[in-house]
Amino acid sequence: MASARKSLRLAVLGFAVAIISFGVKADTDFLNVSYDPTRELYKDFNAVFANHWKKQTGETLNIKASHGGSGKQARAVIDGLQADVVTLALAYDVDAIAQKGLIAPDWIKRLPDNSAPYTSTIVFLVRKGNPKNIKDWNDLAKPGIEVVTPNPKTSGGARWNFLAAWGYALKQPGGNDQKARELVTNIYKNVKVLDSGARGSLTTFTERAIGDVLISWENEAYLSIKELGPDKFDIVTPSLSILAEPSVAVVDKVVEKRGTRKVAQAYLEYLYTPIGQEIAARHYYRPRNKEIAAKYSGNFAKVKLFTIDQVFGGWDKAQKTYFGDGGVFDQIIAKK
Amino acid sequence: MAGGIATALGAKSIRGNQRINNATTESPWVRRLIIGTGLFYFTIFLLLPLGAVFVEAFRKGVDAYLAALVEPDAMSAIKLTLITALVSVPLNLVFGVSAAWAITKFNFPGKRFLITLIDLPFSVSPVIAGLIFVLVFGAQGWFGSWFLDNDIKIIFAVPGILLATIFVTFPFVARELIPLMEAQGKEEEEAAIVLGARGWQVFRYVTLPNILWGVIYGVVLCNARAMGEFGAVSVVSGHIRGETNSLPLHVEILYNEYNFAAAFAVASLLAVLALLTLLIKTYVEWKAAQVNAQHKED
Repeated sequence: MASARKSLRLAVLGFAVAIISFGVKADTDFLNVSYDPTRELYKDFNAVFANHWKKQTGETLNIKASHGGSGKQARAVIDGLQADVVTLALAYDVDAIAQKGLIAPDWIKRLPDNSAPYTSTIVFLVRKGNPKNIKDWNDLAKPGIEVVTPNPKTSGGARWNFLAAWGYALKQPGGNDQKARELVTNIYKNVKVLDSGARGSLTTFTERAIGDVLISWENEAYLSIKELGPDKFDIVTPSLSILAEPSVAVVDKVVEKRGTRKVAQAYLEYLYTPIGQEIAARHYYRPRNKEIAAKYSGNFAKVKLFTIDQVFGGWDKAQKTYFGDGGVFDQIIAKK
Repeated sequence: MAGGIATALGAKSIRGNQRINNATTESPWVRRLIIGTGLFYFTIFLLLPLGAVFVEAFRKGVDAYLAALVEPDAMSAIKLTLITALVSVPLNLVFGVSAAWAITKFNFPGKRFLITLIDLPFSVSPVIAGLIFVLVFGAQGWFGSWFLDNDIKIIFAVPGILLATIFVTFPFVARELIPLMEAQGKEEEEAAIVLGARGWQVFRYVTLPNILWGVIYGVVLCNARAMGEFGAVSVVSGHIRGETNSLPLHVEILYNEYNFAAAFAVASLLAVLALLTLLIKTYVEWKAAQVNAQHKED
């Protein structure tokens, strides 16, 4: 009995030590809440920035990252996830956080290029040799084609996918909303799996081998070819696609409380420096910096791009029309 | 010839034996079918996946396997999972024993209702279990702004993970003990009271020794779930690497990052844990049966 009591005491002691050591923090913690495909990008960038910050200020940064579907991540920040900065897939998700008063409403003007330090676009990932001969958006709507794309309700990438297809249909000769709706409805009729984030869809397509085509972020498509081997998949660039601008912002409420505004601001600005731009380009994001863009121009297919402002009048309007409760996406899915 | 007769005789005598047990045995093909089906399911659904975990884990060699486990994010996931189990299991132990004691040894109105309530976490989906805590403690929730103003982190931090885990593992110890203690009845406790024992003494010297193995069994199951819970923890975690990622969440992250060998290496830790749990469980069952047999002899 005595030995049992002793071991109990030891267990309690060990437990106390574990709890205390958990609470001790010597360095500055810093949290970047991001969307799904940026995992590899920010892994590299965080290491470089922490190094830079240490040299400049002597402060040791402990940068943490959280990844998931962009809409889901925005929801988590609204629910209290203490993000110093958010680096999400699209402006609307940052707006959603701003609406709750956590970020200043004019955030998009606080940094250059609509607060989007790198861009991307939407392309198709198909099985090697493109056996279903998929060339452009209208091929996705053909009967018998299995399409994989995430759920626009939770994923930022999926919303870009949706709008890219819609915009393509509008820009065709004789294109109008009616025709666009037809095309997009037929594409979603072919969708087999709606994952909650881009990374989930990618594993559905590559690992679970479901579907003929994945509508994907350009960077995600290149990454999967690099990771899984060029002998398995091909990238098809459509004739027309959307300029996707993933947005970044400092979360004002959090940095004010934690006293991390300076480092948060510097972190985002560092994304615009040649070093930051180069890291983005290496991970297949299209850099804003002209010189870096020229250097990596061989990596990206030439594709005609339209912006959300040109075609849809901005994210706020697009979100309400297409992805809000009872919006176009809901109507399409209900009909399916 | 002689051998043939012997076999025939042997077969006859076996058949003779069978006839005696006809009521409890099935014809050979039925037996083979049932055993075969059992083995088939066992292989497909248990043995194969378990084997696959270890094969994938060691695909890139032992060095890669060990590297995946000592990597800082993995270590912090292990630490978080251990802390979660160390907090939730003792709490559920205290709750489970007291609840089972109250329910089986005393009569009071609403007893059945209480048992149903204890079962609630079994019937509620873990996602709902997680969302409950986001709704209550999240920044937009009932108490969220108060906690935020006072700089107390619940959701997307360790306390939230603890709350969610305690919720889903709530019934394990109590559910294990209630049938056991109901079967044992309260005669021994009554006898102890007649002999002059006080409440605590009755519990310490009569009830506890009777249920000891049941308690351990419940703790083992509770621990397995506490370490393995995915759904509820995923909702309240916030997925901050090296901070709020438990082992099961870490496996998902590694898998999503094409880090298959590392994902399965960490998964194999959980599998080893499950096997250990089974071993302890088998030992406890064997021990409990022994104690019970002794009890009957007395």
